[in-house]
Amino acid sequence: MTGPVLSVRNLRVEFPTRHGTLRAVDDISFDIAAGEVLGVVGESGAGKSMTGTAVIGLLEPPGRIAGGEVRLKGQRIDNLAGEALRRIRGRRIGMVFQDPLTSLNPLYRVGEQIIETMRTHLPMSEAQARRRAIELLSEVGIQGASDRLDSYPHQFSGGMRQRVVLALALCAEPELIVADEPTTALDVSIQAQIIQLIKRLCRERGTAVMLITHDMGVIAETADRVAVMYAGRIAEIGQVADVVQRPSHPYTKGLMGSIPTLEGSETRLVQIPGSMPRLTAIPQGCAFNPRCPQAFARCFLEQPAAVFVGRSEVACWLASATPVQGTP
Amino acid sequence: MKPERPLVDVQGLSRVFDASKPWLNRMLEGEQRMLLKAVQDVSLQIGRRETFALVGESGSGKSTVAKMVVGLLQPTAGRVTIDGVDMWKTTASDEMTALRRRIQMIFQDPYASLNPRWRVGAIIADPLNAFGLTKGRDETEAKVAELLRLVGLDPADMHKYPHEFSGGQRQRICIARALSSNPEFLVCDEPTSALDVSVQAQILNLMRDLQDQLGLTYLFISHNLAVVRHMATRIGVMYLGRLVESQPSAELFKAPRHPYTRMLLDAVPDLKMSGRQRRMIEGEIPNPISPPAGCAFHPRCPLALDRCRVDVPTPFASGGRTLACHAVEV
Repeated sequence: MTGPVLSVRNLRVEFPTRHGTLRAVDDISFDIAAGEVLGVVGESGAGKSMTGTAVIGLLEPPGRIAGGEVRLKGQRIDNLAGEALRRIRGRRIGMVFQDPLTSLNPLYRVGEQIIETMRTHLPMSEAQARRRAIELLSEVGIQGASDRLDSYPHQFSGGMRQRVVLALALCAEPELIVADEPTTALDVSIQAQIIQLIKRLCRERGTAVMLITHDMGVIAETADRVAVMYAGRIAEIGQVADVVQRPSHPYTKGLMGSIPTLEGSETRLVQIPGSMPRLTAIPQGCAFNPRCPQAFARCFLEQPAAVFVGRSEVACWLASATPVQGTP
Repeated sequence: MKPERPLVDVQGLSRVFDASKPWLNRMLEGEQRMLLKAVQDVSLQIGRRETFALVGESGSGKSTVAKMVVGLLQPTAGRVTIDGVDMWKTTASDEMTALRRRIQMIFQDPYASLNPRWRVGAIIADPLNAFGLTKGRDETEAKVAELLRLVGLDPADMHKYPHEFSGGQRQRICIARALSSNPEFLVCDEPTSALDVSVQAQILNLMRDLQDQLGLTYLFISHNLAVVRHMATRIGVMYLGRLVESQPSAELFKAPRHPYTRMLLDAVPDLKMSGRQRRMIEGEIPNPISPPAGCAFHPRCPLALDRCRVDVPTPFASGGRTLACHAVEV
């Protein structure tokens, strides 16, 4: 298959309120190829979850996609209505959310939930679906899968529940998985297990993954490429090794410096003054200008467009020599 | 041994919670009492101006230790001695008040630990009034302004309400409140876990600066080893209610001894992408109500011996480190 699995172009998400329209996601473009993991990283309020929610068509009104398009294997999905969208969600796009307890129905056995999802989307008999569900559960690392199929969600531990949710997301063989903070609620030792699992399963199946997280460590371990978001825009997007080791955008640099590491011996962490602006008060020009140590006149007037720095695309006036359009 | 006695001395601290069903249910359903041993036999010392960090995963008992050290929760057994005063034995109320002034706590969630109906000035002034540290309104206000400046906020912020601040600013307010009674010892329970990384860096830097400036002693609770490395002079690792290892920070990261400590270090994502060798961790944390016999870590331990399944290893101290493990020599 050539061409990206997911292609997002100039996506805009807006919330009309009494005090004017708030723009949660502002002109975002990216692609994800088959088998690729794109990390979307940012702090609270950066718009990363909003981007994920817009891609799977789960925006809560009054939030709406105000511009741009989302294509899944070339087919436009951002303008689909309820029923058509429901056929894609769960079938062609799988989802994993932060809290595994709220993504599972507490009143149904986990097996029933997986079997129901499979039979909704795929032509399968009950017995076939049951066999497949057992296979899936053992594949995600649940021991004694044939017995555990008849357990209720509360009988699983947090890590095991997230494995079940992953099985549920994968059960209809989707082309894309949107995982929103899949390991945030878990302990470090369990987090490492789940990260490995997501990575392995998606590589084996050639599933594209959009991994949304605030944790740069998780991104460095899992993702192939990473998009760093700030105030609803992409500040920097590129190969993980480039962005993590040679960040170009002042925000990414500050972000990387502010993370305490096991290797470093520095006594003080780099600190970015201030905090993420609220949606009601996004500064004019580059949204990062009040916190940027290198801001100059142009940054306060015009919003920078993405330009190539090496293999990464960076939205910063410091980096721009010749602005380019879109992705190659 | 150091000539100076440690500021905080914790000996054999234990806490058992009763997690059983009500009496009538137990009678009707024929069930046993269920006791949760949240903390078992924890001993540690914290010297002046040191930062002792307790790390561990959920359910390891680190927050319970913090609550007992600060005096919010009575231990089932053991002793907490702060500067020579046994916290849970002292009956003299003036001695206790004097002690309370010298210990303060910072909590994890800055949204839940500030009263939304109080102005920031009143929140910070509360300990001042409670201990009678200032005389008159002018002096109180001046002190609050000074505290706000100390934590990097504007003195004019004292007239605002907590909801007008971001998470990081609220944590600064919590720190200002904790500092208002001039404490020597601060217990910080996951002070930055609810914050974004760039804000976390601000708060951690602030806490270090304040320690240098005011000569504070910290007990720092965290699940994040990288944060702990940045803050601590000494680290204790907890697993299912027991302290399995404690060492000076630099040595712990250079040469972790206990298999669980090694496992925790391996689990930290490799940000620098240095290709560091990592061993995958098997299994999950057992249920603390029915922990495994012997060493609680043995089902997940790569080095487990037969003895580990039977005997609980006793902590053995030598050369400034403590280790509780049968398989590894101190």
